[in-house]
Amino acid sequence: MLEDIMNIVVVGHVDHGKSTVIGHLLADTNSLPKGKLESIRENCKRNSKPFEYAFLLDALKNEQSQGITIDTCRCFFQTEKRRYIIIDAPGHIEFLKNMVTGASRAEAALMVIDASHGVEENTRRHGYYLSMLGIRQVAVLVNKMDLIDYSEDKYRQICTEYTAFLKEIGIAPKTFIPVSARVGDNIAFHSDVMPWYDGMTVLQVLDSFENIQPSHQLPFRMPVQGVYKFTSGGDMRRIIAGTVDSGSLRVGDEVVFYPSGKRTRVKTFEVFHAQAPVEVQAEDAIGFTMEEEIYVRRGEIACKAGETPPNVAVRFRANLFWLGNQPLKAGRSYHFKCGTQKLPLQLLQVERVINASNLNCESRQWVEKNEVAVCTFRLDVPAAFDTTDQLAATARFVIVDEYELAGGGIIVEALEDETYDVRNIRVSAGALSDTERRNLTGRKGFVVWLTGLSGAGKSTIATAVERRLLAQKIPAFTLDGDTLRAGLCSDLGFSDDDRTENQRRAAYAAALLQKSGQVVLVSTISPLQKHRDFARACAGDAFMEVYVKADLETCRRRDPKKLYEKLDTTGIENFTGVDSSYEVPKNPDLILDTMTDSEEYCTGALLDAVLKKLS
Amino acid sequence: MDHKQMDYLDKLEAKSIYILREAYASFDKLCMLWSIGKDSTVLLWLARKAFFGHVPFPLVHVDTHFKIPEMIEYRDRLAKEYGLYMIYGENRAALDAKQTYPDGNVSRLECCKNLKTEALKHTLSGDWPRYRLNLQTGEYEVDEDHTAYTGVIVGARADEEGSRSKERYFSPRDKNNDWNVDDQPPEFWNQFNTDFAPGTHLRIHPLLDWTELNVWEYIERENIPTVSLYYNHGDGTRYRSLGCWPCTNPIPSTSRNVHEIIEELRSGALAGIAERSGRAQDKEDGGGLETLRRDGYM
Repeated sequence: MLEDIMNIVVVGHVDHGKSTVIGHLLADTNSLPKGKLESIRENCKRNSKPFEYAFLLDALKNEQSQGITIDTCRCFFQTEKRRYIIIDAPGHIEFLKNMVTGASRAEAALMVIDASHGVEENTRRHGYYLSMLGIRQVAVLVNKMDLIDYSEDKYRQICTEYTAFLKEIGIAPKTFIPVSARVGDNIAFHSDVMPWYDGMTVLQVLDSFENIQPSHQLPFRMPVQGVYKFTSGGDMRRIIAGTVDSGSLRVGDEVVFYPSGKRTRVKTFEVFHAQAPVEVQAEDAIGFTMEEEIYVRRGEIACKAGETPPNVAVRFRANLFWLGNQPLKAGRSYHFKCGTQKLPLQLLQVERVINASNLNCESRQWVEKNEVAVCTFRLDVPAAFDTTDQLAATARFVIVDEYELAGGGIIVEALEDETYDVRNIRVSAGALSDTERRNLTGRKGFVVWLTGLSGAGKSTIATAVERRLLAQKIPAFTLDGDTLRAGLCSDLGFSDDDRTENQRRAAYAAALLQKSGQVVLVSTISPLQKHRDFARACAGDAFMEVYVKADLETCRRRDPKKLYEKLDTTGIENFTGVDSSYEVPKNPDLILDTMTDSEEYCTGALLDAVLKKLS
Repeated sequence: MDHKQMDYLDKLEAKSIYILREAYASFDKLCMLWSIGKDSTVLLWLARKAFFGHVPFPLVHVDTHFKIPEMIEYRDRLAKEYGLYMIYGENRAALDAKQTYPDGNVSRLECCKNLKTEALKHTLSGDWPRYRLNLQTGEYEVDEDHTAYTGVIVGARADEEGSRSKERYFSPRDKNNDWNVDDQPPEFWNQFNTDFAPGTHLRIHPLLDWTELNVWEYIERENIPTVSLYYNHGDGTRYRSLGCWPCTNPIPSTSRNVHEIIEELRSGALAGIAERSGRAQDKEDGGGLETLRRDGYM
C-alpha cells in the first residue's frame, strides 16, 4: 500500500483539453473500473461519433446512478511512486470560485494550453491565481500538438510567451511538455512523433513533484481555536487548543500570545486516547495547559518567546483576489478572517487593479468579481499576522462579505498606525461634544455594568479591576450599589418602584462619569433586564453588561455581608433571589462564573475585555 | 528531533479535528448526526479527540424505527458509556399512518423521504419533538430544548458517490434545507463559511477527504468499537453499509474483523463494487441519492 498521496489540480482555459488529459491518465494507469473504457468505445461506435478520452470523465461524472464509487471533481489513480487525487478545475470564468476551492487543496498543478490557440485569458488568469494561492509546483502541458503538426517552433513560441508571463508573477514552471492528450503522446509514454522532445512525460513530471514538507524549522505559530474547560466528570483542565501552522513547541517552552502579548510556559500537552507528546510540530492538532492561569481567547496566535514575533497592526497592504458578486469598495463593512481571528474590516484604498490576463494596471476605487488588486485595509482593533515573506500561512486572510467568503489576500506589509486626525478638533464656545472631549483628553469613558445576586462577587471583582486600571494610569471608578444607597439613594427602599428609581439614578450617575472620561464599574444587583437595558441606553455604545454568575446556594454559603444569615434569623423583605425575582441576563457581553473560576481569573478576564473596548 | 513523521491517517485526523473545532467555535446551536454507521462513529471518536474526551454538543439520530435492532442497542450503550447528550427524532405521523415501505403503502424512496428526510428536517428545526436520553434512568424523555440547530456536523465522504464530492467542508443550506450545488461560496486556506443568514444553516463535513478504506484503517488503529453487523459471523455475509432492515442487504464476504475488511478492500475483492450496493433505495430512480440530498438527506 502506497502511503504517499498528492493532490494535483488541472487548470487552463476552457476547451483546452483538461478532461482529455485526465481521461488519458486514468486509462493509462489502469485506474478505471473494469470494462469502462470498452463500454464507452462501444457506445461511441453505436452513436457513430469518434471516441474521445474526455467522454470518459463525463461518463464517470454521470456514474452516480449506477452507484460506482468515483469522484466527480476528484479522480484517483496511482503510479509506482504514490497515489494521486486529481482535482478537475472548471475552465469557465463563471466557475472561478470553484477553481479556487479546488486549487487551494492542491500541492501542484498541471496547466493545460491548447497549442492551436496559444495562451488565452484564463491561461494567464489561472496562472495568476495559482501564484496567489501559493502553489509553486507547476508543469505546463502544451496540448493538441497533433493539430499544429507537432511543430517544434510553435511549441517553443508558446513556451517563451508563457514563461515570461509566469516569471512576472513569481512562478518558475517545473517544465513544459508537448502533448496530445487525444492521441496519448507524452502522457504516460514517450511519443516518437516528436523526436525533438526528450524531456519528461506527464506521469514522470507528476512523480517528480515533491510533497510539501511541514515547516518545522520556521517560527512557531498556532492560532488559538478555543480555550476549553469541560467540567463534566470533574475535568479541571483548561486547555488551549489549535493546529500548529509552523514551527515546533516543547513542554516548558515560553509561549507569547499575540496581539495581547501575554506570556506563560507550556505545562503539558493534552491528548485523548494516546500518549501525550513532549513536542509538537507543524500540522499537529494539539492542546496544551499553561503554567500560569492567564486569560487567553480564541483568535490570538500562540508564538514562541525568542523567535521572530508576528506583526500587530490595524492597517496593512495586501495582494487580493475578489470573488464576490458585489464589488469590493470603501465604505462597506467586511470581516477579516486570518488564522482564527475574525475582525471588522474596511477597505482603505485600492492602489491598483491588475488585469489578470495582461498584467496591466488600472486605477479605480473598487474591485470587481474575479479581479485581482493591491489594496490597503484597516481593522477596528489590532490583529496579529505575518507578512508573506516571513510566513505564508499566517499572512493569508479571507474577506467575508455579509454571509459568504468573497475574497482572499496575502499580506505584504504591515502599515504604521495613522496618527490621530487633528481635523476633528474644533474649539467650541458651548458645551464640549463627547467626541471633542475624547479627542482632547485622549480618554474614552466606559460603563461596565456588573449584575448578579448578592454575594456573587460583583464588588470584589469591580474593585480589583479598578485598582488594576488605575495602576495603568487609566481613570476608573467603582460605583457600588451600597455606596449609592447610603447617599444619593438614601430616600429609597426595596419596593419594585423604589428599585427601579434606584436603578435609574445609578444609570445616570454612571453615564455622567463615563462622559467625563472614566471607566465606571457599576456593582449593583440590578435584578431586572429592563434596568440593565435602561443603563445601556443611557451610556450609548460605551457599555458592557457583565453577568457575575453564582447560584443562590453559593452566595448563601459565602454570605460576605451576613445578609443571608439575617434573612434566615430575622427575615428581610424583597430579597433578590429569595422572594424577589432575578432575571438572568439574556445576552450579557461577558459572563464571569465565580463558582468555577478564581477571583484572579475573573478579574483578568474583565480587565482584558475592558482594555479591548478602550483600544 | 524525535517527532515521528505524520502519516496520511494522522493528516486526515488533524484536518478533521481542525474542522470540528472551527465548527464548535462558530455555532451556538451545533449538533452532530450519528447514523450509528462506521463513518459517523469515526466522527464521534474524532470529536472526543478534538475536545479531549468530551463531546460538547448533542448527537442526533433519526430513528426510522426500522433500523436493525443491534444498531439501537449499540447506540444507547455507547451513549451511556461516553456520557453523550443523545437525541433522537422521528416522523411519528407517517409511522402512525403507516406511510412506509414495509407497510406496503409507499415506494422505497417515498419511505426514505418520510422517515428520514422529513424527520431530519423537523428534528433539526425543533418543530417536532426531540427525545433525549436520560443518562441516569437510561430512558428517552422529551427534550426541553426546541431551538433550531444552525450547524449540523455530518459524516459524508467525497468518495461515496457523485453528489457528495461536490460538497464543501462547510456547505450552506437555505431555509428549505435546499442545497444550491452550482453556486456555492468558495472555500480555501482552511477558512470556512461560518456565517449564515437567519433561517439558514450549515452542514459541516469533517470526513470529506476520507475514503472507505481510510475509515476502516482508522477504526483498526484506534480500536474504535463498531456494530457487529459489519462482520461475517460464519454465514459468509456481512453488511458493508447500514440502514433500515427492509432496504439493506448484506454482501457476500468472509471478513470476520476489521483487519480482514481492510484486506478485502485493499486486495480488490470489493474494488469496483460500490459501497452502497446493498442499499436498495439508491437503485430505485436514476440519481436517487442526489435527489434526496438536494432535499436534505444526509
